[in-house]
Amino acid sequence: MASVELINVSKSFGKVEVLRDINLSLEQGEFVVFVGPSGCGKSTLLRLIAGLEDITGGELRIGGAPMNDVLPAKRGIAMVFQSYALYPHMSVFENMAFGLEQAKLSRSDIERRVHEAATMLQIEPLLDRKPRQLSGGQRQRVAIGRAITRDPRVFLFDEPLSNLDAALRVDTRLEIAALRKRLPDTTMIYVTHDQVEAMTLADRIVVLNGGIVEQVGTPMDLYERPASQFVAGFIGSPRMNFLSGPVAEAHGAACLGIRPEHIVLTPEGGDWTGRVTLTERLGSDTFVHVEAEGIGPVNIRVEGRTDIAAGSTIRMTPDPASIHLFDAAGRPVAR
Amino acid sequence: MPETSRKSRLSRNRTRSAWLFLAPMLVTLFIVAAWPLGRTIWFSFTDASLDLMADAKWVGIRNYLEYVDWGDGEGQYYGLLADARWWRSVWNTVRFAVISVAFETLFGLVIALVLNQQFRGRGLVRAAVLVPWAIPTIVSAKMWAWMMHDQFGILNDMFLRLGLISHPVAWTASPDTAMIAVLIVDIWKTTPFMALLILAGLQMVPQDIYEAARLDGVPAWRTFRKVTLPLIMPAILVAIVFRALDALRIFDIAYVLTPNTDATRTMSVYARENLFDYDQFAYGSAASTLLFLVIALITITFILATRMDLEGRNT
Repeated sequence: MASVELINVSKSFGKVEVLRDINLSLEQGEFVVFVGPSGCGKSTLLRLIAGLEDITGGELRIGGAPMNDVLPAKRGIAMVFQSYALYPHMSVFENMAFGLEQAKLSRSDIERRVHEAATMLQIEPLLDRKPRQLSGGQRQRVAIGRAITRDPRVFLFDEPLSNLDAALRVDTRLEIAALRKRLPDTTMIYVTHDQVEAMTLADRIVVLNGGIVEQVGTPMDLYERPASQFVAGFIGSPRMNFLSGPVAEAHGAACLGIRPEHIVLTPEGGDWTGRVTLTERLGSDTFVHVEAEGIGPVNIRVEGRTDIAAGSTIRMTPDPASIHLFDAAGRPVAR
Repeated sequence: MPETSRKSRLSRNRTRSAWLFLAPMLVTLFIVAAWPLGRTIWFSFTDASLDLMADAKWVGIRNYLEYVDWGDGEGQYYGLLADARWWRSVWNTVRFAVISVAFETLFGLVIALVLNQQFRGRGLVRAAVLVPWAIPTIVSAKMWAWMMHDQFGILNDMFLRLGLISHPVAWTASPDTAMIAVLIVDIWKTTPFMALLILAGLQMVPQDIYEAARLDGVPAWRTFRKVTLPLIMPAILVAIVFRALDALRIFDIAYVLTPNTDATRTMSVYARENLFDYDQFAYGSAASTLLFLVIALITITFILATRMDLEGRNT
């Protein structure tokens, strides 16, 4: 019922074209993440689906019906904003009930829906408070709760975790994952610039760059078979090493990509030799930054801790099966 | 150990520099506000006149209220509190303040809402709206006096041509229209000030909640009433207090536009007449003192009343 389709959708602000030829098809109940750097158009795309911006060209369909000219409130969507967008002068209950009153529901219906959502998100004790009396995490839950009460066909999230501190971000991410399990029929679209959120939450990821779709695929698709150098660099942390020069030319490519976790230290002799410039110890992992001879700077991920010191010389070998090759335009080269 | 000696040297230093920075303002306030006010109150209890200010003698509350016994069993109350002209001017002032501030708030709100929208040339319009506020009051009063002139005024000319009136109206001279004339000029002049203050309040309202309301399908009017208005209410109330303080002191427009009319004699005009025109300096001082008390009372009442409303559970 609530599939979402975008057919040749484009969006311009005046003369500036921010989205071009977007073609996407989202199935009902799917969790899709739009990810990309700042200014890539991901939030604009979400706002087009929400109806907060007009579509310049192309067609949007929700549940098979054209939506270009349908009012936001009639699209069967709910949205969670980055800034929460709670009404500051209303209590939590009133915030959650305000939209429902508009939908001409009975008082008892409204109370039932608000209490259901509040129970689901464990914000029942907060119903009488004003937003300013809540922590950031609680505000975000209220915003999610308000969206749930609308019983939407499509749930939109616009960078919902950006304003939370790191620990809370992880907790809330897990809650969103749990919410998704409780609402299996609801299609969810989630915008973020954080590839970790994208990887952990998404059924499918849409990578946007400069107003066009770079790649659509499951998280592992994107990780293992990036369709462009941009996607290869954007997905995965720490970032993939991109090496140019002779080492790439040896493979007949302009650029050779290898992820830090796909290079192993081989003290007894390896393909590359280099001098360590910096080690970052995270406890679970250590990132070793190496200036490799004839290759350039390379970052290597080593599990656990190591005693490698800056200034020492080490030898290493890239996993040949995990090498990615790109041409000068950033397109993958077949091996 | 006494409290002061336990304070660190750093905090003592801070306290000292705070007083040092405050001193010029305190001295200035004393010279330009507290001292003249105190003198006025003092004169109101004396028999001072313009040429004999130094010899002013204490006469008690005679300027405010005095019962004069005529010796034949009858008598009469004299003094400001028994002066019908004074009470007329109090009523004129309060009526003027209530009506002008009400219209200025309403028009100011509408203009602020328009100026808060995105449109081409908004900066220019925002500047243009301020023009009436920027013109000195005496100039605008003279300008309007000419426009409202009974024989040569453009207002009568336009209304006659449109057939709204059958014969020229003496807007500023006729007791029926004098107050309306003063109100028109004041509303014209001060609405921009209200619009600006309310616009500042509107710009503090986060935009994202309007998008949330759109997604909820809340119609524009309900969004305004339930979201915008409660959020800008504090700004509006502050603007009303500012304006009301000003309106209750109204002098220049009434004095220049409609001189010597009972219909528009305000408290300030009444006080000035007695202080300088009638050489009743003590009596005028009493009027000034009461003017101060009336304004203080109205303002405090308004602030208390609206604060109760503000802290209410919901708007």
